[in-house]
Amino acid sequence: MTHLLEVRNLETRFFTEEGIVHAVNGITYTLNEGESLGIVGESGSGKSVGVLSVMGLIPNPPGRVTAGEVIYGGRDLLKLTPSEMRRVRGHEIAMVFQDPMTSLNPVLTIGRQMTEAMELHLSIDHETAMKRAAELLSMVGLPNAADRLNDYPHQFSGGQRQRVGIAMALSCNPSILIADEPTTALDVTIQAQIVDLVKRLKEKIGMAVIWITHDLGVVASLVEKVAVMYSGFIVETAPVHELYQNTSHPYTLGLLESLPKVDAKTKQRLIPIQGLPPDLLKEPRHCPFAPRCRYAVDQCWEENPSLKPVAPEHYSACWRWENARQDARQRMMTIGEVA
Amino acid sequence: MSQTNTASNGTPSSQDSITEVKPLIEVRNLKKHFPIRRGVLQRQVGAVQAVDGVSFNIIKGETLGLVGESGCGKSTTGRTILQLLSPTDGDVYLNGHSLTEMGRSELRKQRRRMQMIFQDPYSSLNPRMTVGNIIGEPLLIHNIGNAASRRERVQELLKLVGLNPYFINRYPHEFSGGQRQRIGVARALATNPSFIVADEPISALDVSIQAQVVNLLDDLKSELELTYLFIAHDLSMVRYISDRVAVMYLGRIVELSERDEVYDHPLHPYTQALLSAIPIPDPFKEEKRQRIILEGDVPSPANPPTGCRFHPRCGYATDVCRVEDPEFRNLGTENKPHMAACHHAEKFV
Ligand SMILES: Nc1ncnc2c1ncn2[C@@H]1O[C@H](COP(=O)(O)OP(=O)(O)OP(=O)(O)O)[C@@H](O)[C@H]1O
Ligand SMILES: Nc1ncnc2c1ncn2[C@@H]1O[C@H](COP(=O)(O)OP(=O)(O)OP(=O)(O)O)[C@@H](O)[C@H]1O
Ligand code: SF4
Ligand SMILES: [Mg+2]
Ligand SMILES: [Mg+2]
Repeated sequence: MTHLLEVRNLETRFFTEEGIVHAVNGITYTLNEGESLGIVGESGSGKSVGVLSVMGLIPNPPGRVTAGEVIYGGRDLLKLTPSEMRRVRGHEIAMVFQDPMTSLNPVLTIGRQMTEAMELHLSIDHETAMKRAAELLSMVGLPNAADRLNDYPHQFSGGQRQRVGIAMALSCNPSILIADEPTTALDVTIQAQIVDLVKRLKEKIGMAVIWITHDLGVVASLVEKVAVMYSGFIVETAPVHELYQNTSHPYTLGLLESLPKVDAKTKQRLIPIQGLPPDLLKEPRHCPFAPRCRYAVDQCWEENPSLKPVAPEHYSACWRWENARQDARQRMMTIGEVA
Repeated sequence: MSQTNTASNGTPSSQDSITEVKPLIEVRNLKKHFPIRRGVLQRQVGAVQAVDGVSFNIIKGETLGLVGESGCGKSTTGRTILQLLSPTDGDVYLNGHSLTEMGRSELRKQRRRMQMIFQDPYSSLNPRMTVGNIIGEPLLIHNIGNAASRRERVQELLKLVGLNPYFINRYPHEFSGGQRQRIGVARALATNPSFIVADEPISALDVSIQAQVVNLLDDLKSELELTYLFIAHDLSMVRYISDRVAVMYLGRIVELSERDEVYDHPLHPYTQALLSAIPIPDPFKEEKRQRIILEGDVPSPANPPTGCRFHPRCGYATDVCRVEDPEFRNLGTENKPHMAACHHAEKFV
């Protein structure tokens, strides 16, 4: 089967005065048509750099994609010229940025910004584009959408800007929408609106979605499969139900353990992940999680484990995944996870 | 005015045991409005009604959670209680003494007993001061002890929050987010306060670090018999740490009761929507549950809607909601009050 998008061994580095930042260290994943993938991990784990590399948006210098392939539509996107890449961006793969102002030009009206891209990529006239822009804005739940086309970005609230960003990303019917933490700056109720919106759009127009977040809750409600990143590596990936039911990496387990149960009747003490986030200036030789891992043995310090299948469609990069899985199952039982 | 009717403030009343009735903090009809000024003359053209008449008690030793959307007035409530902002109206009592009527020097004395932990561990610590000076600053301000005893106290505090006392001469940038938040906690504890306002103490931290700080706050509470006002927008953390929970919307408290009561039987439609929006980190549960998706944006506190402030976004709103401000009333029992401000709350009892 051919995939819509195939990322192979992607590696991105930043060459800075302090040294080489090993931001993304050979990640591999696939995305099928209409499928949704969640990328989770703590701050600095390489989630944004990973997708910016796919989009050809790594600032060079200091950054560079140093290895790998990004196969989309039979071509390696990493080999495209800047102008070819510009066509792919927006038209075929669109992105909603962590900070909505990144994608909005403060001195142009929303209408102007939305129609420009559509006229370019969809070859439609200005009037049709304006009509479509208004439709998109009301689709993302903006009240009096048609009247707001003449407003500037600063006239919108944070949540509204985020929705304008989504409308813009959707304007050229992309086959892949990449959303980089589009909800962290938002309130829970607005966040729920946006998650709900993307879910409905995904079903309606069959677009594939990559959703980046550090919130395991958002992932659980939105995506079909998950890649967990740590220190620039994908350390575990699986269909979402499988990941929660058969957690097979100590870091994923650690993330789940540090969250309180929403509906817990008795107070279970939280189990934090000990230690500090990794230093990306060091070349990773051992398992990147070893310094914080309660399962670590000598082997973990000698050799960095690669992703290996632990169940159908389920991969873990851990020498001791079986032990972690056993404890994860035990935990499910003790917290009274009666199905 | 009648004798303070504690039940109406969502605090269990027990007339007989005098010791129990006394709350540590009483907040009465507290208001904080920020003037909006325009033009060269800076004439006042309106006011942001950030906090608009909130009343509640906090009993000694409890943690009261305060939740609500961004901009609803949580931080302003916390700061106004501590008199870091002067209230526009209303009063705050600490152990029965009015803080607003207190003279300057008396208030200064009382301040030692009330401290604040701030939201952002990155900007709330002065980057040019050593950790020792940051933590010891409140001691200096309040003229407590001498240089040697202060240093000793700082080392003790570092140990208390799980940091190496050896760090005393380091600077904030040498610490991680979680460690910096511990420094903030140590600083808040320096003067031996009995009451702490923790304003989103974990929001800026990574999930893997949040649990460390929450556990620390929990341990310190029992060890030092602290009382907390815990402000947050992460509803699952609030449930985890609080004894009672207050839900705020546009400058008002709309619901207040015991934690499980609020989470299991929410009586206000806003609370219901808020709870239904919590992302649950479990795909099996997510599939089964029904979300209430609110329409529209949060209105501006400079121009709050008439009647019930929630009515433009509420699925249950009727004519009365559009014109009449609902009373904050007890729909629970006297011993287990469940306060809510909704005309139709009976529907949900
Ligand atoms: N322009 C840059 N120059 C140098 N280092 C960079 C640059 N951009 C990113 N990095 C580094 O790359 C690493 C990965 O960053 P990235 O933004 O992908 O993290 P993230 O997982 O998206 O985190 P967050 O959750 O905070 O958004 C970080 O250590 C970051 O400091
Ligand atoms: N110094 C100030 N001057 C004018 N308006 C203010 C001031 N401080 C706060 N406000 C306004 O008062 C309202 C309440 O703000 P507050 O910071 O208390 O909200 P919050 O509930 O703590 O929000 P968040 O969750 O974003 O921290 C907001 O509309 C805010 O813009
Ligand atoms: S490989 Fe070793 S150190 Fe790495 S996660 Fe597994 S057990 Fe822990
Ligand atoms: Mg990022
Ligand atoms: Mg605040």
